[in-house]
Amino acid sequence: MTSTHNTTREPVVGAPVDRVDGPAKTTGAARFAAEHDLAGLTHAALVTATVSRGRITGIDTSAAEALPGVVAVLTHHNAPKLNPPKRVSPVNMSTMVSGTQVNYLNTDEVHWDGQPVAVVVAEHSHAAREAAALVEVTYERLPATVDFAAELPNAVLDKGNMLMPTGAKKGDADAALAAAPVVVDSEYSTPQHHHNAIEPHATTAVWHGDELAVHDATQNMAWLRAHLALRFGVPEAKVRVLAPFVGGGFGGKGFAWPGVILAVLAARATGRPVRLSLTREDVYRTVGARTPSTQRVALGAGRDGKLTALVHTAVTRKSPVGGQPEPAVTPANHLYGAANIRTGQSSVTLDWIPNTAVRAPGDAIGSFALESAIDELAYELGADPIELRMRNEPERNPIDGKKFSHRMLREAYELGAHRFGWADRSPEPGTTRDGRWLVGTGVATAYHPQLRLTANVTVRLAADGSVTVRSGLHEIGVGAATVQAQIAADALGVPFDAVHVECGDSALPEGAMAGGSMQTSSVAASVLAACRKLTRRLDTLARRSGTAGRTPAEIVAAAKVPYIEAAVGSDTRIGKAAGQARFMARTARDMRRWQKAACGAHFCEVRVDADTGEVRVSRWTGAFDVGRVMNRKTAVSQLRGGIVMGIGMALTEEAHVDPRSGRIMNPSLSGYHVPVHADIPPIDIAYLDEPDPTMPLGLLGIGEVGITGVAAAVANAIHNATGKRLRDLPITPAKLL
Amino acid sequence: MAEVRLRVNGADRRLDIPPQVSLLDALREHLGLPGTKKGCDQGACGACTVLADGERINACLALTVQYADREITTIEGVDHPLQEAFVRHDGFQCGYCTSGQICSAIGMLAEHKDGMPSAVSEDPAAEGEELTDEEIRERMSGNICRCGAYNGVVEAVAEVVR
Amino acid sequence: MRTFDYVTATDVTTALRTVAERPGAKFLGGGTNLVDLIRENVERPDVVVDVTRLPLTGIDELPGGGVRVGAGVRNSALAAHPLVRTRYPVLSQAVLNGASAQLRNMATVGGNLLQRTRCPYFYDTASPCAKREPGSGCGALGGITRDAAILGVSEHCVATHPSDMAVALAALDAVVEVESIRGTRRVPVLELYRPPGDTPHVETVLERDELITAVELPAADAAPRSRYRKVRDRASYAFALVSVAAALRLDGDTIVDARVALGGVAPLPWRAAEAERLLVGAPATEETFARAAEAELAAATPQHDNAFKVELARRTIVATLRELQEHAAAGSAA
Ligand SMILES: Cc1cc2nc3c(=O)[nH]c(=O)nc-3n(C[C@H](O)[C@H](O)[C@H](O)COP(=O)(O)OP(=O)(O)OC[C@H]3O[C@@H](n4cnc5c(N)ncnc54)[C@H](O)[C@@H]3O)c2cc1C
Ligand code: SF4
Ligand code: FES
Ligand code: FES
Repeated sequence: MTSTHNTTREPVVGAPVDRVDGPAKTTGAARFAAEHDLAGLTHAALVTATVSRGRITGIDTSAAEALPGVVAVLTHHNAPKLNPPKRVSPVNMSTMVSGTQVNYLNTDEVHWDGQPVAVVVAEHSHAAREAAALVEVTYERLPATVDFAAELPNAVLDKGNMLMPTGAKKGDADAALAAAPVVVDSEYSTPQHHHNAIEPHATTAVWHGDELAVHDATQNMAWLRAHLALRFGVPEAKVRVLAPFVGGGFGGKGFAWPGVILAVLAARATGRPVRLSLTREDVYRTVGARTPSTQRVALGAGRDGKLTALVHTAVTRKSPVGGQPEPAVTPANHLYGAANIRTGQSSVTLDWIPNTAVRAPGDAIGSFALESAIDELAYELGADPIELRMRNEPERNPIDGKKFSHRMLREAYELGAHRFGWADRSPEPGTTRDGRWLVGTGVATAYHPQLRLTANVTVRLAADGSVTVRSGLHEIGVGAATVQAQIAADALGVPFDAVHVECGDSALPEGAMAGGSMQTSSVAASVLAACRKLTRRLDTLARRSGTAGRTPAEIVAAAKVPYIEAAVGSDTRIGKAAGQARFMARTARDMRRWQKAACGAHFCEVRVDADTGEVRVSRWTGAFDVGRVMNRKTAVSQLRGGIVMGIGMALTEEAHVDPRSGRIMNPSLSGYHVPVHADIPPIDIAYLDEPDPTMPLGLLGIGEVGITGVAAAVANAIHNATGKRLRDLPITPAKLL
Repeated sequence: MAEVRLRVNGADRRLDIPPQVSLLDALREHLGLPGTKKGCDQGACGACTVLADGERINACLALTVQYADREITTIEGVDHPLQEAFVRHDGFQCGYCTSGQICSAIGMLAEHKDGMPSAVSEDPAAEGEELTDEEIRERMSGNICRCGAYNGVVEAVAEVVR
Repeated sequence: MRTFDYVTATDVTTALRTVAERPGAKFLGGGTNLVDLIRENVERPDVVVDVTRLPLTGIDELPGGGVRVGAGVRNSALAAHPLVRTRYPVLSQAVLNGASAQLRNMATVGGNLLQRTRCPYFYDTASPCAKREPGSGCGALGGITRDAAILGVSEHCVATHPSDMAVALAALDAVVEVESIRGTRRVPVLELYRPPGDTPHVETVLERDELITAVELPAADAAPRSRYRKVRDRASYAFALVSVAAALRLDGDTIVDARVALGGVAPLPWRAAEAERLLVGAPATEETFARAAEAELAAATPQHDNAFKVELARRTIVATLRELQEHAAAGSAA
C-alpha cells in the first residue's frame, strides 16, 4: 500500500502477538453465553425422546408443574406455534443453518432418539432439572432404521452440488486398476465423532415486545439471526445475536440446533428471560455429529510407484430430517497425480439426527483412508512413503487439470523430514524397540481446500490515534480479534495497541461464519479493503492540510474531525443480496481458475506396548503450507489443536451407539474419550510462510488442515512399530492384541 | 431450603439453597461468580476446578452444604504468575477450560511441594521428585482442553515452576 | 436431581442412628459418585448423612505392623502417606491411577469401596437395568458390553466394579471395619462384595445402615515387590479396561509368595486364586506366568464385543509379573 503517511514501524502481522482476550480469559472475566445475568432470569431444561422413531401418545406434566419454582412446562400441546424451517436454498445461504427440518414442540412426531419433546422453565436450574425428570412421556414406537453397518447394502449414490461435489472421474480407473502390476485395495471405517467443545451449547434469550436479544454459543451469528427471525416471525432487524466469547465450536455451533430455538420459544411463552444451558448428555443427543463411514481405497501402480489408478468410495449416513452428505472422498481428487481417478460418495438413510460439520468434514475421515492406503502401497513396493508421494506429486489439480493457486507440499515434506529426523527411520516394521515399547514412525499428508466468504467491516480512525474495527466476527478460540487487529495495524501503519476490534455481536456489520477455515481470510480481505479506503482518505486529508508525512492521528486531528471511517459491504437487504451475489460469482470464478488449499506433512512417532497394545504418541512434527501466517502464536496453537483432536480420532474417540435402539450409550466425557494432557507430547509445528498469491495477505485458513491426515499418520506409525495395519478407527488396545 | 454460609475468595457469603445445589451452581448461578465453568457436571472434564483450602476439587460434584466451613478460591480470587504465563505461552484458545486449568495448576504445584506422588512417578516411595513435563501432564490430566492447548499449558506451568 | 435432606454428623453414633432410622438414607463421602448418581436419577435417597466430618481420617500403624486407614481418609491422602508408599506401593499406585487429582482430593476410602458400576445402561434411566431397578432386565446384554465383565458374571448382570483401589486392597488381604447400631464387625475385602447372581442390585454383604469406619492393611513383608498395572483407553483419567495388582516374593528363582488381583474384568475386585496357586512354588519364568494367567482366565465368559479382555487380561498379568520378576532380579544383582 503506498501512502504518504508515516509507517516506519515493524510489521506485527506474523509476529507472535499475545491474544488480546488473554487477560479476560485467564481471570474469569470473559462472559460466555450462559453467564449473562438478567433481571427475572429463568432457567430451562430439556426433556428428550427415548425412541428413535414414533409418535408421542401422552405427556404427563403434572408432577413437574407441581414442583416449587417451576414456571412452565412446554410441550407440543401448549408451546407457541413456530414457523417451520425453510428448505435449503442456494439463493439464501442462511437457510442452511437449521440443524434439522423438525419443528420442535410443534409436532407429536419423533425423528430421532434425543429429539426434545418438552422444555421446563423454572426459577433455578436445579428445579428445572428436577422437574424435567418428572415429565412422563409415552410413545407409540414406529419401526426405525438405526444400524449403520446393517444398512450398508442399501447405500445410495449421492448427488453433490457446486460447493460440495460428491464424486468425480478421470479416465477409467477400474480398468487401470485391473491392469496394474501392483495393487492395494482396502476397506476402512471410522465411527461417529462428537465435537465436545468444553462449553456445552447455551443460550440466554430475552424478548422486549417483538425485539429479541439472544446470547448464544454460536459460530454463525448472522445466519442464526436470519433463522430466528424466520422461525419466530419477526423482522431480522428486531433480532440481535450476541456471542463475544464462544467456548469452542469445531462445527458443532455452526448450525441452529434445538437448544437455541427452544430457549427463545420458552422466553416467548413465559415472557421471562430464559437461560438454557445444555447438559453434556443433551449436547450428544440434540446436536449433530460426524457421520460414521466405511470407505474403499484402491490404488494401482507401476513398479516404479507411479499411480495408474486411484479409486476412493465412501458410504456415510444421512437423515430423513435434514442435513448434508459428508463428502469423504474429495482429497482423492487433489492429492495424487494418478492417470485414472474415480471417486464416489454414497449414503444410507437412518432415523438419526442429521450429521453436521465436525472439524474438516469429509477431509478428516477421507484422509485417514487415502493416506493409510498410500502407506500400504509404499510398504508393498518397498518404497519410502515420502518418496512415493513425491513421485506422484502433481503439477496441476489431478482430477481436472486446473492450476494450483499455490502448492508447496514437497517443501513441507522436506522441512518436516529434516526437523523430525525421518532419515533415521527403520522402514522394516517391528524392528525398533525401547524396553516394553515397540517404536514406529509414520507420515501422512494434510490437505484442506480453501473457500472464502464475504464479510462486512467498518474501520474507524479517531483523532486520538485509536482505530476501531467493527465486524460480526466470532471468537471461538482462533484469536480472531487479535489477528484482525494485527492486520489493521499494519495496513494503517498504527501501533497494534491502538487497534480495538469489536466483534461477537450481530448488530455489528455482518461478518463471516467461523467455519470451513474461512473466517480469518474472509474478514481480512474486507479489513484490508477498508483500510485502503481509509488510507486514501488520509492521503487526501494530508494533502489538503499539509500534514503529509505525519502520523494518521495527527492527520485526522489537523483535519479537525473526530474520526474518519470506511466501510466495506452493506447490511441492507440489497447490500446483503449483492454480497451474496459477489460471493457466488467469486467462488465460481475461483473454482474455475484454481484449486486452492492448505496442506502439510505430519510426522508421528508412536510407542506401542508390546504386551497390552497401549499406544502412546511420543513425538510429532507438523510442517505446513498454510500461506502466510498472521500470528505465529495463535497459528501454532490452532494447528496443534487440530493435531490433538486428530490423535483422539486415531486412538480413542468413538460414540457407542446401541444398534438395537439407536441410542448413544456413552454421552459423556467419561464414556467418550477425548485426549487428556497425558496423551499429548510436545507438538513441533513448522510452516513455510509463503503467501498464496490469490488470497488476502497470502493467508490460508488453518482451523481444519491440522486434523486432516493425523489419524493416518498414527496408523502408519503403528504399522511401522508393530507390522499391524489397522483400518478401523479408533485404534484401541483391543484391536492391537 | 437451607441457609449456607460460605467463604469465597476471602469474603463471607450467605445463600438460601436446597442441599442438592452443587458448589458449581452456587458460584455460577447464585453468587454471580461465573468464572468457574461447567463442562460436564459429572466430574469428567475439570472445567469446574476450584480450590478448597488450597486443594483442587471439582465443584460440580461438591454439594455446597458440604463445603460450608472451607475457604473456597475461584478464578476470580486468583492472582498468580500462572495467569500471565498462560497468556505468554498461549495455554488456551477458547478459554472455557482455562479457569479450571489455572486453579488446577495452582493446586497441583502445592501438592507437588507437599510430596504428593503421581501415577508416573518412578518410585512411589521416593520423595520430592522433579516436576518433569511428563509429571505435569499426568498431574494435569483431570483438566480436558478440547481446543488442544495442552502444550501451552505445560509450557506455562513449567515456566512458573522452574 | 431430586431434593433431599442433608445431615452432617460429627460423631459416629449420630450418623449410624440417622441412617438406621430413615429407610431412604445414604451415607455421603466425597460425593463424587453419589452426587453424580443422584443427579442422573439413578440413586434417590431422601436424606444424605455426611460422614466426612467423622473422626475417621487417621492413618495409623498397628502393633503387629499393619496399618489402619480411616474410612474418611481422602484418596489423595492415602496415596501420599509414607506408610502406604513404603509398605504398600501397590495401593498407592492403584489410587493414583484412578480418576483425577481433583476427584482423589474429594473421594474417601469408604466411598471408593462402595462406588457403583459405570455400566452405561445402569446410568441411563431410559434403559432397563436389574441393578438399578430389580426385575427390569439387563439392557447391556446383547447391546454394548465392551466394558463389561468376563469373570464372575451372571445372566442377569455383567457389569464391572470400577474401583482401582479395591483391587489393590483385594491383593493385600485388607479387612474392612464396619459399624452399625448393632455393633462392629470385620469383613475381609474379599468377602465384602457379592457376585450378581440373580440379585445384581445387592452388591455387598453390608446392610444399608452399616458404615465403613476403617480399612486394615495386614502387616506387609519388608520391601515387598508389588505393582499396579492399569490398561485403559487413554493415558490417564479413564477407568480400567483391565488392571492387575500383583506382588511376588522370590527365593532365588522360585516364587514363594504371590498375590494377584484383577480389575475391570469382574463384578468385584477379582482375586486370582487359581493363578496364585500355580505360581507359588514354581520358577519365576515367562512360562509359569503364562500358565497361571491362562488357568485363571479359563473360566472367562466374555460377551460378543469384549472377548479382547480375556487376551488383554492374560497379557497384562504376564507383563506385570515379568516386571516384578525383573525388578527382583535387578535388585538382587545390585
Ligand atoms: C470422571 C470420573 C472418573 C473416575 N475414574 C475412576 C478410576 O479411574 N478409578 C476408580 O477407582 N475410580 C474412579 N472414579 C470413581 C471415584 O473413585 C469414586 O467416585 C470415589 O472413590 C467415591 O468416593 P466418595 O467418597 O466420593 O464416595 P461417595 O460418592 O460419597 O459415595 C459412594 C457410595 O459409598 C457410600 N459410602 C460413602 N462412604 C461410606 C462409608 N464410610 N460407609 C458406607 N458407605 C459409604 C455412599 O453411600 C455411596 O453409596 C471416577 C469418578 C469420576 C467421576
Ligand atoms: S450389566 Fe448389570 S448394571 Fe449393566 S444394565 Fe445389565 S443389570 Fe444393569
Ligand atoms: S464440570 Fe465439573 S468436571 Fe466437568
Ligand atoms: S481453551 Fe478451549 S477447551 Fe481449553
